[in-house]
Amino acid sequence: MALLELKNITRRFGDLEAVKDVTLSIDAGEFFTLLGPSGCGKTTILRMIAGFDAPDEGDILLDGRSLAGVPPEKRPLHTVFQSYALFPHMTVAGNVAFPLEMAGRSREEIRRRVDETLALVHLTDKASQFPHELSGGQKQRVALARGLVNKPHLLLLDEPLGALDAKLRVEMQVELIALQREVGITFVFVTHSQQEALALSHRIGVMRNGCIEQCDEPDKLYTNPANRFVADFIGRINLLEVEVAASGKVLLKLNAEGLGEIAATDPRPIRVGERGAFALRPELIRVFGHKESADLRNRFEGRVKELLYLGDVTLYKVELANGFIIEALMPNAASGRAKFHEVGDPVAVCWRQDAGVYLRN
Amino acid sequence: MKRSTFWLWVASLATYAFLYIPLAVVVLFSFNDSVLNAQWVGFTTRWYAKLMGDGEMLRAAGNSVLIALLSSTIATVLGAMAGLAMHRYHFRFLPLLVLTPVAMPEILLGVSLLLFFRQVLDLTLGFLSILVAHITFSIGFVAVIVRARLAGMDESIFEAARDLGATPWATFSRITLPLILPALVAGFLMSFTLSIDDFVITFFVAGVGVSTLPLQIYSMIKVAVTPEVNAVSTLLMALTLTLIFLASRFAPDVLKGKA
Repeated sequence: MALLELKNITRRFGDLEAVKDVTLSIDAGEFFTLLGPSGCGKTTILRMIAGFDAPDEGDILLDGRSLAGVPPEKRPLHTVFQSYALFPHMTVAGNVAFPLEMAGRSREEIRRRVDETLALVHLTDKASQFPHELSGGQKQRVALARGLVNKPHLLLLDEPLGALDAKLRVEMQVELIALQREVGITFVFVTHSQQEALALSHRIGVMRNGCIEQCDEPDKLYTNPANRFVADFIGRINLLEVEVAASGKVLLKLNAEGLGEIAATDPRPIRVGERGAFALRPELIRVFGHKESADLRNRFEGRVKELLYLGDVTLYKVELANGFIIEALMPNAASGRAKFHEVGDPVAVCWRQDAGVYLRN
Repeated sequence: MKRSTFWLWVASLATYAFLYIPLAVVVLFSFNDSVLNAQWVGFTTRWYAKLMGDGEMLRAAGNSVLIALLSSTIATVLGAMAGLAMHRYHFRFLPLLVLTPVAMPEILLGVSLLLFFRQVLDLTLGFLSILVAHITFSIGFVAVIVRARLAGMDESIFEAARDLGATPWATFSRITLPLILPALVAGFLMSFTLSIDDFVITFFVAGVGVSTLPLQIYSMIKVAVTPEVNAVSTLLMALTLTLIFLASRFAPDVLKGKA
């Protein structure tokens, strides 16, 4: 059974509908992420789950029981705040002990659990320090320890890595995954970073304007986005305007203006003449020299307009016959050779017919 | 030294001299072995001894201390509540209501309180009316200090406390109160200082019979500025300075004007 259920949640602030009729179900043990640009309503949803805000319509159920009217302190869940929200007048140990004291645990148990949890986040030696003496990463770990120590049913995390620098972020991501696996507590994570969402989550709900646009596993979101917004928001993608030329059982023929026919696959029944977008990830495109042959169905000629050498890969921006600039990522795996083409070179871009996705308007 | 710096030094020294020489003179003559404030004769502490034998003066001092203690305690509680309310609810008129007594000319406050006590409440002027008046003008100061303290704080720590299982009361006693404690101490000391040397408002609401130290000093100088007045002024000055020093230790940001 689902641990947390959101049933047709709507929240309005004046005329603005911050959250529109959101329905969501999260299983026990899951690492679930709400991903979206700022102002999409993801934090509002988190605040409603935590009890700092209440939905205007709909209901939130935890373990099958409605949370309506239950104050934050009575909800068996904890939050890790973006600003960490550590109590400045308490030591690290004092901060971590706080939820246990509030739950009325015995002194002995508090001491043992605080020690255990601090060990879990590698902060045993910082127990008697105050928050202002810690680094950003250490504060982050104290906030996590404080949220986990009383073994909540659910841990809400509001952009917890947002204030860390890039290198520390990646380290904390790895720690966070390990931690979640170790404690087995359900995490609901909010972020605007698609990279973070992809790296951490079992499942991601992509939000825009108060609605969930798509809710799926990271690899499915990436390879099979439901619409233009999701395709564009997650990772780099090329979006070509197309018209359906022919539709078979699996095979789809798309017509891109000034370019010709693109072969793609789609099992859905699609009407000929329908307009939509063809979405194609840059790393699925190969860039060949203009004379090299490629045994691929989709082959279009163009000219290298720009290239960005990124070390492990090179990003090519290739201008096609119709003026569309397509992005292709080529791995620089060959030894002693970093770049295959130069700016201005005539090239051909090719991809397998199952590489891209047709998105209906 | 650059020319401009030189004149800056001269100007500031002159300012401080203007401010502090009169005070220094009072202190000096309180130790002068002469009834006249004219010429230095010799060192003595007999004016202080005489003060200790002055029953009226001691009663006035006792009143002052008692009123200061009570009014600043009550003003700290009420001012803290006002400060918390101003911080939490963005009700536009609330700061106006709380802070007006701070900005109001003392004479106006004195007259209006007098009218209120006599015409509206028909209260006999005395200890109670002085106490209420002192509470009235102290609340605003405490509220400002408490609000400044809260304004510098991360709002989410109060939510975090609730989230981690603390009831609203536990959040107040375990988180809010310890965090605003320095502001409360500073506010208390500030109120105490204001109360103990208030003259204008007290003059209006004291009535007959009950006197405070500033009122007593005033009634004494109607005759002449005696060395005894110098002595009691010196003591009052020492107390006030000590309290201001303590207050600045507890809420440095507020009193240094950073808030």
